[in-house]
Amino acid sequence: MTTAAPALHDCRKVFAQTLIELAEQDPRTVAVCNDSVGSSNLKEFAGRFPDRLINVGIAEQTMVGAGAGLANGGRVPYVCAASPFLTGRALEQIKADVAYSRTNVKLCAMSPGFAYGQLGPTHHSVEDLAWLRTLPELTVLVPADPAETREALLWAHEYDGPVFLRIGRTGVPDVTPHVPFRVGKAATLREGTDLTVIAAGTTVPAALEAADKLAAAGVSARVLNLSTIKPLDEDAVLAAARETGRIITVEEHNVHGGLGSAVAETVVAHHPVPMRLLGVADEFTPTGSAAFLAEHFGITAEGVLHAADELLDAATPASAGTPGAATS
Amino acid sequence: MPLVAVPGATSRLRATRQALRAATAEDRARSLRDAATAIRRRNLAMISRAGQGHIGGDFSATDVLAVLYTAVLDLDPENPEAPERDRYIQSKGHASGALYATLAYAGFFADAELDTYMEPLSALNGHPNRRKIPGVETNTGPLGHGVPVAVGTALAAKLDGSARRTVVLTGDGELQEGSNWEAAMSAAHHKLAGLTVIVDRNRFQQGAGTEETSGLEPLADKWAAFGFAVQHVDGHDHEALYQALSAHPDGPDADRPVCLIADTVKGKGVSFIENRAEWHHKVPTADQTAAALQELAR
Repeated sequence: MTTAAPALHDCRKVFAQTLIELAEQDPRTVAVCNDSVGSSNLKEFAGRFPDRLINVGIAEQTMVGAGAGLANGGRVPYVCAASPFLTGRALEQIKADVAYSRTNVKLCAMSPGFAYGQLGPTHHSVEDLAWLRTLPELTVLVPADPAETREALLWAHEYDGPVFLRIGRTGVPDVTPHVPFRVGKAATLREGTDLTVIAAGTTVPAALEAADKLAAAGVSARVLNLSTIKPLDEDAVLAAARETGRIITVEEHNVHGGLGSAVAETVVAHHPVPMRLLGVADEFTPTGSAAFLAEHFGITAEGVLHAADELLDAATPASAGTPGAATS
Repeated sequence: MPLVAVPGATSRLRATRQALRAATAEDRARSLRDAATAIRRRNLAMISRAGQGHIGGDFSATDVLAVLYTAVLDLDPENPEAPERDRYIQSKGHASGALYATLAYAGFFADAELDTYMEPLSALNGHPNRRKIPGVETNTGPLGHGVPVAVGTALAAKLDGSARRTVVLTGDGELQEGSNWEAAMSAAHHKLAGLTVIVDRNRFQQGAGTEETSGLEPLADKWAAFGFAVQHVDGHDHEALYQALSAHPDGPDADRPVCLIADTVKGKGVSFIENRAEWHHKVPTADQTAAALQELAR
């Protein structure tokens, strides 16, 4: 069966539209940026609310610090910048001024992962989840499509506390049109019993495609969309470990420290099962487009299928009760 | 137990402020000197008890703190997050002893709490935590964080059309952090006349003089070049500090932020501590504490 290629969306667009809605509804809303009016899609916001678009210039430490100060003054600041510079350049401000001070700052990380493709590792953000996952008080969200991006922003606005959101530029299909978005809860996009694929953001479509192919081969794969990296939905992760016995994680992030690590930490502590962690190998990426890099590192449906083969061929999972009984 | 204000602290603090504003310069200077002495003595006792602290940077900033909290800032200890309060941001978080002793002096929490300074599980960490200590606006400790946050609080006031002020105290050594200069550029660009940066210019950093380490001079020219109205003030002359902090040097139509370079002495008030790099975080012995308390009583 073939279907028409689904429409792909740049999540920055729905981000920009939703932010304008929030600014219309709530005068506390301000956007703060580091000269990224264009790349953060804030031009229309700037036209509509010129006083509430604060461009501090190319100065990420001041951008985040001033965001914390604006929150102290009762504003709800959306601090927008390309993810590598927001997180890398201003990490200590995120730690001290936002997370430790627990200010009501919304950190909007544009074009995360390797979305900037050929611009290279300086412009990639495949460390952000590892860095930020270790900061108490910070909620870390990775929406997968326009619907989730919008829901995540609406939630962040209501929530009184610091939030980090990855806002992707890579074209993504609608993957969650009928699944309610709940912070702190993984969404089950496919039910399954033989293994679980856990994805977030741009990797959700690869997980779904792999699950479809596995189903055609008679393997029942569960797919979890883990849009909240922190706090982690431990119940969903442990249910996957218990009920399916094998877990594959797939993320647009270094294999160390991100989604896969978060899942593994929980699994190893409470219900160890075989896992495969797919992501950027621990090396600086070679030159290539985002699509090329996804292929290069196996962050694709094929990569998931390969990992599934390995897990299915390996020792019988712990959940079957006969560990080590079968080998390939 | 969370720290809570001393009952009646707000009305007492406001009455003190009004009285000081109405007083003669001579009476005001005497009251402010007494306040600073009380804060220094308490701060010394805290450090001596805890066996830790940053006495040099505490004492260089004490007079500035005493003037701000008793005579200048509009604060509400019993409602420390009142939206229209003035904002005091202490970028030099390591001078927590001076800050805590001042907050207790102003009634933000009971004086007895100061005896828990640095004790296990105390709210009074070596660097201030706003979530544990009423009156602290932002958590500092890493250097170069205060001025950017102050730009944000001043921007918020400007957006609100509010006259509430932001005063940020920064060490001089920490001006070697580039974040300050990003923030200075932004403050001038946004015409944040409600922002006052006070530089505690004691000329020392952790292990040596600022000018021996990475020189800051000509410091006033730097701030002026970044668009600030700059003034030097004797950081231990209470009346001069009061006057400098009470009005914008450009007058009521000012559109520039202010930089007050407070010329100070590290360890001010105790002869054997003053101007000695080793007293950045040295702790006085029992004998030294007694001798210091005696000097501070004079």
